[in-house]
Amino acid sequence: MGRYVIRRLLQMIPVFIGATLLIFLMVNVMGDPIAGLCGDRECDPATAAQLEKEFGLDKPVWQQYLTYMGNVFTGDFGTAFNGQPVTELMSTSFPVTIRLTIVAILFEIVIGVTLGVVTGLRRGHPVDTGVLLLTLVVISVPTFVTGLLLQLLLGVEWGWIKPSVSTDATFGELIVPGLVLASVSLAYVTRLTRTSIAENKRSDYVRTAVAKGLPHRRVVTRHLLRNSLIPVVTFIGTDIGALMGGAIVTERIFNIHGVGYQLYQGILRQNTQTVVGFVTVLVLVFLVANLLVDLLYAVLDPRIRYA
Amino acid sequence: MRGATHAKWAACAAAVALVATACGGGSDNGGGDSGATLSSSWGDPQNPLEPANTNEVQGGKVLDMIFRSLKRYNPETGAAEDWLAEKIETTDSQNFTITVKDGWTFSNGEKVTAKSFVDAWNYGADLKNNQKNAYFFEYIDGYSKIHPDDGSAPSAGTLSGLKVTDEMTFTVKLKQKFSTFPDTLGYPAFAPLPQSFFSDHAGWLKKPIGNGPYTIDSYTKGSQMVLKKWDDYPGEDKAENGGVTLKVYTDNNTAYTDLLAGNLDLVDDVPAAQLKNVKNDLGDRYLNTPAGIIQTLAFPFYDPNWNKSGSDKVRTGLSRAIDRDQITKTIFQDTRTPASDWTSPVLGEEGGFEEGFCGDACEYDPDEAKKLIEEGGGLPGGQVKITYNADTGSHKQWVDAVCNSINNALDNETACVGNPVGTFADFRSQISDRKMSGPFRAGWQMDYPLIQNFLQPLYYTNASSNDGKWSNKEFDGLVDQANAETDTAKAVDTFKEAEGVVRDNMAAIPLWYQNGSAGYSERLSNVKLNPFSVPVYNEIKVS
Repeated sequence: MGRYVIRRLLQMIPVFIGATLLIFLMVNVMGDPIAGLCGDRECDPATAAQLEKEFGLDKPVWQQYLTYMGNVFTGDFGTAFNGQPVTELMSTSFPVTIRLTIVAILFEIVIGVTLGVVTGLRRGHPVDTGVLLLTLVVISVPTFVTGLLLQLLLGVEWGWIKPSVSTDATFGELIVPGLVLASVSLAYVTRLTRTSIAENKRSDYVRTAVAKGLPHRRVVTRHLLRNSLIPVVTFIGTDIGALMGGAIVTERIFNIHGVGYQLYQGILRQNTQTVVGFVTVLVLVFLVANLLVDLLYAVLDPRIRYA
Repeated sequence: MRGATHAKWAACAAAVALVATACGGGSDNGGGDSGATLSSSWGDPQNPLEPANTNEVQGGKVLDMIFRSLKRYNPETGAAEDWLAEKIETTDSQNFTITVKDGWTFSNGEKVTAKSFVDAWNYGADLKNNQKNAYFFEYIDGYSKIHPDDGSAPSAGTLSGLKVTDEMTFTVKLKQKFSTFPDTLGYPAFAPLPQSFFSDHAGWLKKPIGNGPYTIDSYTKGSQMVLKKWDDYPGEDKAENGGVTLKVYTDNNTAYTDLLAGNLDLVDDVPAAQLKNVKNDLGDRYLNTPAGIIQTLAFPFYDPNWNKSGSDKVRTGLSRAIDRDQITKTIFQDTRTPASDWTSPVLGEEGGFEEGFCGDACEYDPDEAKKLIEEGGGLPGGQVKITYNADTGSHKQWVDAVCNSINNALDNETACVGNPVGTFADFRSQISDRKMSGPFRAGWQMDYPLIQNFLQPLYYTNASSNDGKWSNKEFDGLVDQANAETDTAKAVDTFKEAEGVVRDNMAAIPLWYQNGSAGYSERLSNVKLNPFSVPVYNEIKVS
């Protein structure tokens, strides 16, 4: 187990370097970021040169990358164009997005898995058909449509919520945005759980458990669900990273100042330091989440061993 | 779970109601409660918030609230009026003696003196401070020493043209005659700065201190700024409300939704998608007033294809092929006005604006357009590509419409196509690198309401915003002459002669003047936009 974890951690290094290098190159080919800093007029050349020096943009890209990565390992993610250190931007935006992600994941687990179990146990039942139809609708409607509709109905028409999230972005305020963010994944979790449950329902160990006379509840939660959750856990695990990085649409609609917003600003202003910094952290989150998922397999199914 | 959620929503709604009534402050006679505060939409400033480093509207909005300078532009007429300036005297339009009014202080109690200005201007001009508006000081003597164009190390730490003569007086020596120089002094870059700006710069940036009608109560970068009325403000334009909370919005659509839900008081940028509904939604609480912004199509004069004999006929032909009336109506819902000169209506007739100055050349006439382009030798390469940035400002829509109009006029489906560039930064760098092969989007938001500001930076040889690199000796000469004129009315007339040269050569095609738009809640009254399309916050009354 320990050796497995170490091997996985070592594997992360090339992935990490590759991903950050790619982002670095991509942001750099977008053109000269300083050119966009002076509005609809040309920066005066002397000031532009001075700014380039300050942000290290006057050096060749490979050198910029090396200096950048060197700094990252000492915890210095550079400075955004508005003079704020990128770490400061992170410390204000990551907590917000993490809260939003937690809300979304909770929705996925609670509603998604429950609906999946209910429908999986009653295949062909009207409930099953109904939920299937519903998930189809959710999957096919784009997130920004759901988001804008809910915002308009709950926020403006009925006045149940504020249409925008305040600076504090408390859990209470994030319920609706979290639901919107979770919606598509939630539908997939439901379908995944349903298929998995329906399949395992007919397996030998479930039949044995039923034949032993175990109560229905125990059969479902201890035997059926535990084995059926493996693909679901994989999905939710990889979804953590996707939700954090993909919250950009939801964050824009509900005015949440999280990671998505900072990334969007960073890309618009072509701020290499911001974009690469945030993506670096997101890549790390993705990698760690994947590792955790793999380790969770052993908990769910003791037959799986790592060496 | 569900019950809990419900309760939370109910609590939330109750809280909104409570806050709303609490803010209402009880007085509903419409006269306004001078203690009540309002909330307004805001965008994250792009640069650190320093007077000489702020070149976009969002940061400028704050500077306008917390700073007052030697001059102030009248929010209605745009005229430059003496504010902190007791008097500005000159005999030769080159040497100025400026006396600062007594009795002004910064909100931390420090007195505003001549030194407050001189130190601030020296800081703004100094190359080592990286101030993006440094070029505003370029007319002052000694600028090339403190801000060498070639980027070498400055050989001086201060501008030799600035001298403090006594506590409240200083002199300015310009490197050339510039008759309208005093009128430029209302621009935020010329604001005075307190000593704490220099002694504790980082601390000042966290919470800027100025001398305007508002003080900054708290500033959470990237999310909101709370401004409070400064009770001891010595100026005449005291705030008529208790304060303003500027909230950063990720999207102006969300700000608009918040306004409709009663969650926000003022939106100063109505999203394009809402323009159709805005009159229904807000009635007369929607403002749509002219601002000092003009959109044009510029040409790459460095490209021989666009700079040969007959090219001016092609440019004029293109101008005549654009149906400005229809495009401003259908695409912009009348938030733009078809342009008929190269300035802006906010200047007024006295300031040099003249409706119809462009004459026939800006009137839609497809037959004439076709004829002119043929006479001029046809379109270079048989096709024009209009370059624009696709990331912000919904430029695609109008570029497509302009091309459509040109194609119809020329009976050629491929005569004009749009050429989108991914980001604004890339668009700007392609312009700086002189990579444009055809007309491209150019917009100009005035720095100060002077005809000089609409002509010199844009069309003078090698001027800072002369993106097309147009160069004309006659024009340059007239601008120099106008700047040397001591009589303002004569200066304006000479500038108009210069504008005539721009017209006769069609150096850029004027498209339309842009309006400022805003919407506000029922709690507010006396809301208006100044010529820079920024709300006049201190005059807003809250009931």
